[in-house]
Amino acid sequence: MTAVPVAALAASLNAGRIVASVYLALRRVAGPVIVVVLWHLASTRGWVDQRFVPSPLTVMRALQEWMFGPTAANPYSGTWFAHAANSAYRVLVGFLIAAALGVTLGCLIGWFRFVSDLVDPVIQVLRPIPITAWVPFAVIFFGIRDGSAFFLIALGAFFPVVVNTAAGVAGTPKLLVRAARMLGIRPYMLLPRVVLPAAMPFIFTGLRLGMGLAWVLVIVAEMMAVKSGLGFAMWDAYYFLRLDIIIAAMLSVGALGFVSDLIIRLVGRRFLRWSRGL
Amino acid sequence: MRGLRKRFLDIARQEEVIALDGIDLEIGDNEFLMVLGPSGCGKTTLLNIVASFETATGGEVRVDGEPVRKPGPDRGVVFQEYALFPWLTVQQNVEFGLRERGTPRSERKERVRRQIASVGLSGFERRYPHELSGGMRQRVALARVLVNDPKILLMDEPFAALDAQTRSMMQQELLGVWSAERRTAIFITHNIEEAILLGDRVVVMTARPGRIKEIVAIELPRPRDVTSAEFNEIRRRIGALLEDEVQAAFAATRVQGGPMQ
Repeated sequence: MTAVPVAALAASLNAGRIVASVYLALRRVAGPVIVVVLWHLASTRGWVDQRFVPSPLTVMRALQEWMFGPTAANPYSGTWFAHAANSAYRVLVGFLIAAALGVTLGCLIGWFRFVSDLVDPVIQVLRPIPITAWVPFAVIFFGIRDGSAFFLIALGAFFPVVVNTAAGVAGTPKLLVRAARMLGIRPYMLLPRVVLPAAMPFIFTGLRLGMGLAWVLVIVAEMMAVKSGLGFAMWDAYYFLRLDIIIAAMLSVGALGFVSDLIIRLVGRRFLRWSRGL
Repeated sequence: MRGLRKRFLDIARQEEVIALDGIDLEIGDNEFLMVLGPSGCGKTTLLNIVASFETATGGEVRVDGEPVRKPGPDRGVVFQEYALFPWLTVQQNVEFGLRERGTPRSERKERVRRQIASVGLSGFERRYPHELSGGMRQRVALARVLVNDPKILLMDEPFAALDAQTRSMMQQELLGVWSAERRTAIFITHNIEEAILLGDRVVVMTARPGRIKEIVAIELPRPRDVTSAEFNEIRRRIGALLEDEVQAAFAATRVQGGPMQ
């Protein structure tokens, strides 16, 4: 007699859980959907000048042709993957350089007062300089080539990585250092076995910020210092008044940036399992 | 063989504050020594000097005749705030010292397994500290120190952060572990009952600047009954000794003129 009501209760609880998660998923999608709807209305209803704001459908069609159209037809047909690959490649190389330098230097700055006193003021002075100001320098030094892009991206992404890493290292709980010493740690093992793991959450924050910045900077670099990639295509499209391509390029960069951030977050989650409880 | 000799462990000065003013103490092999005193009396400083986290500005500390120089697993410390490495599992935390010493893997695994079992945490080897309760974390901290077979076990108010019931259980746990494998222990506390429950001798300290007021030997056989007459007689005695010092310590932190005169 009691078996049936219990089963019904369990079923309704399960159903409730499913409804709840569907609701939550919908909530997260609702924002962008609303934005797109408003955009579509604004464009098609003439709330804004149609010449300046193509509708979402126009943009999607342009993107489709850009991605899958025959490459010979026009510069914005079938060339998306090549451009995207170029941009992604530059982001990757620039980011890796920034990560390697940033984490290394950040550790030294955070741990050795001597290094911090010498190097940190230089970093703090350079950091506020907008990367666009470095473009002429990059072009003079590296030419209109990938080297310029690597330099600009690495330079920009370096700062959040080094600052966050240094903060994480400097903020290593003194108690843990004491505990490690008490357990007989060899002095040169302190950094790799205690300080670095303790600073990991901060390092990953820096890496995420650096990656985001890298995508911003690749567009800047490609607008001015190289001749391929999504940024270049976007700038080029401006001359042809292909606003639909411009918006498609913006969305592409946004999507690629989102995906790379997601990758870092997933990698971080594996390394930072232990900090979930904090 | 595992005796500790503290000859004239003296002034530890920090910004002209005298934390300890002339401590002379000799501790016997496998003795469980309690250091009891009001806040600010320098008991933690005392422990830090024995552990070599701080240096004394005068006097010296010797273990088995050798002066202590730097921190090491021979003087294992259990901290009040656990100090477990949050990115390591229980197993990895406990084996930390052995790994650093280059103990071969098989021997390491065996010793760690046994030590974790001795503190009653078998089965929790793969958990992370954040998944454990306070009492469990402190047990991991204890295992982490004991697995290195220290000459002296130093404990700085290790149970102060725990609730009363857990603290009581942990005291029993500690006595059990210590009885199984005796070693010299120095335990810092501000809790009189804890001091009498656990210690062979209780060093009562004065308020700052810290000196030894009196050393009370606890002759009661273990396990000790907190409700017994003898226990409470000692408690009264020590309580009286401590009373003045606690008042003095408290007065030192108060500025004149409040409603609680």
